Amino acid sequence: MTAPSAINVSRHPARQGSIQRSRRWALIWSYVFLVMFAVFFLMPPIYMFVTSLKSSAEVSAITNPWWVYFPTFDNYAALLGSGTYITFFRNSAVIAIVVVVITMLISIPAAFALSRMKFWGSTTLATGVFLTYLVPDTLLFIPLFKIFAFVHDHTGIELINHWWALMILYPTLTVPFATWILIAYFASIPKELDEAALIDGAGYLQMLTMIFIPVALPGIVAAAIFAFTVAWSQFLYPLAFTTSADQLVLPVGIVTTLIKGDVYNWGQIMAGALLGAAPPLVIYAFLMDYYIAGLTAGATKG
Amino acid sequence: MAQVTLRNLVKNYDDTPAVRGIDLDIADKEFVVLVGPSGCGKSTTLRMIAGLEEITGGDVIIGSEVVNDVPPKDRDIAMVFQNYALYPHMTVYENMSFGLRLKKVAKDEIARRVENAARILDISELLQRKPKQLSGGQRQRVAMGRAIVRDPKVFLFDEPLSNLDAKLRVQMRTEIKKVHQKVRTTTVYVTHDQVEAMTLADRVVVMNGGLIEQVGTPNQLYHFPATKFVAGFIGSPAMNFVPCAIEEAAGALRVRLTKDTAFPVPQDRTRRYREHVGKTRLLFGLRPEHIVEHRPHLEPNQHAFEVELEVTEPMGMETMVFFLLEGTELCGRVNPDAGAQSGKRMKLVADLGKMHLIDDASGKVL
Repeated sequence: MTAPSAINVSRHPARQGSIQRSRRWALIWSYVFLVMFAVFFLMPPIYMFVTSLKSSAEVSAITNPWWVYFPTFDNYAALLGSGTYITFFRNSAVIAIVVVVITMLISIPAAFALSRMKFWGSTTLATGVFLTYLVPDTLLFIPLFKIFAFVHDHTGIELINHWWALMILYPTLTVPFATWILIAYFASIPKELDEAALIDGAGYLQMLTMIFIPVALPGIVAAAIFAFTVAWSQFLYPLAFTTSADQLVLPVGIVTTLIKGDVYNWGQIMAGALLGAAPPLVIYAFLMDYYIAGLTAGATKG
Repeated sequence: MAQVTLRNLVKNYDDTPAVRGIDLDIADKEFVVLVGPSGCGKSTTLRMIAGLEEITGGDVIIGSEVVNDVPPKDRDIAMVFQNYALYPHMTVYENMSFGLRLKKVAKDEIARRVENAARILDISELLQRKPKQLSGGQRQRVAMGRAIVRDPKVFLFDEPLSNLDAKLRVQMRTEIKKVHQKVRTTTVYVTHDQVEAMTLADRVVVMNGGLIEQVGTPNQLYHFPATKFVAGFIGSPAMNFVPCAIEEAAGALRVRLTKDTAFPVPQDRTRRYREHVGKTRLLFGLRPEHIVEHRPHLEPNQHAFEVELEVTEPMGMETMVFFLLEGTELCGRVNPDAGAQSGKRMKLVADLGKMHLIDDASGKVL
């Protein structure tokens, strides 16, 4: 009776030890790679931050580029004190928010219709929406120019060099992808849920607003964040379609106003870019959990 | 409260028929169970009554109104789904009151009805929880609560217990029966489980291949199956079928199973079976519970025979014995104390008073 238990006792810690050891190695390697990635991705923003605290003299002086000897907030003060930077920021913010709203207003009903109201050609249409997303914006801006000219010729409405025109342009980029994310998300909602709502007396609009939107909120948040990021960081369209300083958005504004000929105002460029990166960062930080749930929904729920 | 009538109901998916013409009258307050193997069209029939599936042909009549083109919400029905289909973002209370809120029923009336339904189902303490905080059985109760609250003309159940484990299923089965006895709403219930069908139903509708095989009370189906399919589907373990022939000798009929085994046909069946003398492709059907261990005093229609047992399965209250009769495996249910042993010979008794004679070509019980 005593012999087997003695064997058990002597084996037990050994086996546990080997599990712990292999787990420890896995953890060590995970940390090695995570630290490498973190360093790799954090280096540029840290360098930007360090540079943004330097005066122009210190930027061009031959000192350690990773250290600030005479920290100054002059760059930030100059940017926030100048009307143009605030204008860029305001333009970007209004455009991004309006684009998110427009995108959601189009994408949610579109995705609902395409995923739930089976009608003739709905699958083809859904694929078509995705194919639209695959067309790069570099290919689209010249035809869009033509369309703007056409609109101007026939209605007299000038769309070029107006910041608000970007609110019409960006949805061409955001709507297809947002719709596609939402189709996948809506498809993961069990069919019985609509049928239960249908029997409970809900119409299609009530089904959408009272069942689908609340249930699909993670997916909708993911799509909204995506739309916001695209609208916030878009560079090509504003560069092509807006020119006057008061019509510019942040990414283009920083580049065109802070680079004068071959004079680069590095301190202000870095400060402006860092401030510009802040809003998406804050949004990601707060909605990260929703975002991840949204992006993985189609994969796990089938 | 209302009766439901199906008139020559047909459903085709593209060109594949799912339901091939069904006639059924369901009385007010009746509990009817549609049962059959998967793909027999039972769920499709239910979904046509609910209005979730378009009707290819025929009529669905609820009350006195043909509802073919009436949308589900105006049919005054409630449905319980296999996967519960609770709204995940709403509390139990909100789930149960959703239909009433859409109908703009007064708030205090909603509260009264929800609390009443919660009391019937014993879920009053759960009203403020979300579905994901509930167990499977509790979710099922909430799904039923959502149906009861509406006080509809008809309850529809689509395999509501299939997602529950065996023990809970038996418990919820009793629960559903109790609820029906309390609220007395006309109910159509779909299941593939014949035990569920037998225990719950006032009348069982056995379906196969998109058609109704037989409609009847559980006892009618058990004792007087109309077809081979029903005979084999109802009852567990399933009825034994053995190829047989009817012989006549000196005015009496015998049913011959093998060269050595033949049983006299009971007196009261002689007239009915006489015309089948000499016919081929006949099947002798007898349920396992009518093949028992040998007893000293046999009833009039009981006849002894001896076989070598292949396998025995002790179940506690009885022992299943399996044996071969000319290549056909048969099953009997004997007393656990009768000494049945695999590989041993055993004397058994067949109760011919419970036999069925089946025409294998048409599948009809004769």
